[in-house]
Amino acid sequence: MKPAPFEYHAPDTVAEAAGLLAELGDGAKVLAGGQSLVPMLALRLAVFEHLVDIGHVAELQGIERRDDSLWVGAGTTQARVEASAEAAAAVPLLTKATPFIGHFQIRNRGTLGGSIAHADPAAEYPAVALALDASMQVVSSAGSRTIPARDFFDGLWTTTMEPDELLAGVSFPIWGGRSGFAVEEFARRHGDFAIAGAAVGLQVDGPGAIRRCAIGLIGLGSTPERAEAAELELVGRPIADIEPEDVGRLAVADLESVPADLHGSADFRKRVGAAMVARAWTTASAEARSG
Amino acid sequence: MGEVSVQMTVNGRRRVDTVEPRLTLADFLRERCRLTGTHLGCEHGVCGACTVLVDGAAVRSCLMFAVQANGAEVTTIEGIAAPDGGLSPVQAAFRDCHGLQCGFCTPGFVVTVTAFLRDHPSPTDVQIREGLSGTLCRCTGYQGILSAVRQAAASGRDGQP
Repeated sequence: MKPAPFEYHAPDTVAEAAGLLAELGDGAKVLAGGQSLVPMLALRLAVFEHLVDIGHVAELQGIERRDDSLWVGAGTTQARVEASAEAAAAVPLLTKATPFIGHFQIRNRGTLGGSIAHADPAAEYPAVALALDASMQVVSSAGSRTIPARDFFDGLWTTTMEPDELLAGVSFPIWGGRSGFAVEEFARRHGDFAIAGAAVGLQVDGPGAIRRCAIGLIGLGSTPERAEAAELELVGRPIADIEPEDVGRLAVADLESVPADLHGSADFRKRVGAAMVARAWTTASAEARSG
Repeated sequence: MGEVSVQMTVNGRRRVDTVEPRLTLADFLRERCRLTGTHLGCEHGVCGACTVLVDGAAVRSCLMFAVQANGAEVTTIEGIAAPDGGLSPVQAAFRDCHGLQCGFCTPGFVVTVTAFLRDHPSPTDVQIREGLSGTLCRCTGYQGILSAVRQAAASGRDGQP
């Protein structure tokens, strides 16, 4: 249970970190909070010659409102996101998803960027980022670019970032008006990866029709999933006429690569996912209607 | 693969050493500082037995390399009791309420609960269960541990040890 030897680098700036990644190539891996990477190293599921620890890079820390979005530095811990009044006011779905991540000891070290760059389909932040159309700010020694969440998650634990690119921050759009948000998960024990979960945001207009909605699905594919067909179907309909169970059924109808393992078959996971969507929809719509 | 120098404060004492980067904070504390109260159960972040405070935050010391704690202030189970050796309120409550049997997980629980009660001085039972959920005990069935947290919270509010 000991990681294989590696060379350790602790840059102080993003430029220095990007320089190291360019120089060291794909033998290097970014170490953020280490709450997913270190177990993989300990179990030797992953071996890297170099670790670039971004824990000392001040530019990667912080939570700020920038125009109509909330920027969260990739190195910001999940505990800090959880406690942030700014995040709770601007992007409630992020705040509501955070307590589902591991345990508080994990959230004290784990980072928002680490969770998103790790791209676990059963993790909370990737599903929230996808559902809300977040944009990923990615930096390399060649410059920086922005990757929309829909183009970011490529496969199990895989993103479209190049090996020499570093996730620097994530911008989450701020929804105004009468909106409601909820996250629901079903797990065997508190803090376990969920068998299935859902992150739902919805907004209603004056007369009470759905103006927009976002349904992120957790643990129901090889990447985080988004129920786009269901969203399209729901927008424009009066919120009072929508049955949450129908939303659940619609949201899981098109899923094609639902995982199956000891904890449950693909069919079971789909049914649990539908129930989680229905529950989250109920809570989010109650919040939007009272808003 | 070179060794790197690391310095940190452990239970108030400054420690300077040279380590392989892959040395976890848990192994640094146990093998280099000889502070073997920090226990290693699973070594991949599941059991919580190795929990210590790093700059006040409860973390799993098996999921952190010693080099990442460079410059930090670390508190282990050995730093929880009063300087005269008297039990802390959390330790006393664990003894009073049968919050331990074999004792292997206890250092992780005591450190976790110490941080938890600092942040939640009047926790509800739901909060206590969530706070304890990241640490595994195979003996007690957790009921004694729950009682211990309730008692420690109450004694903290009354200002009693």
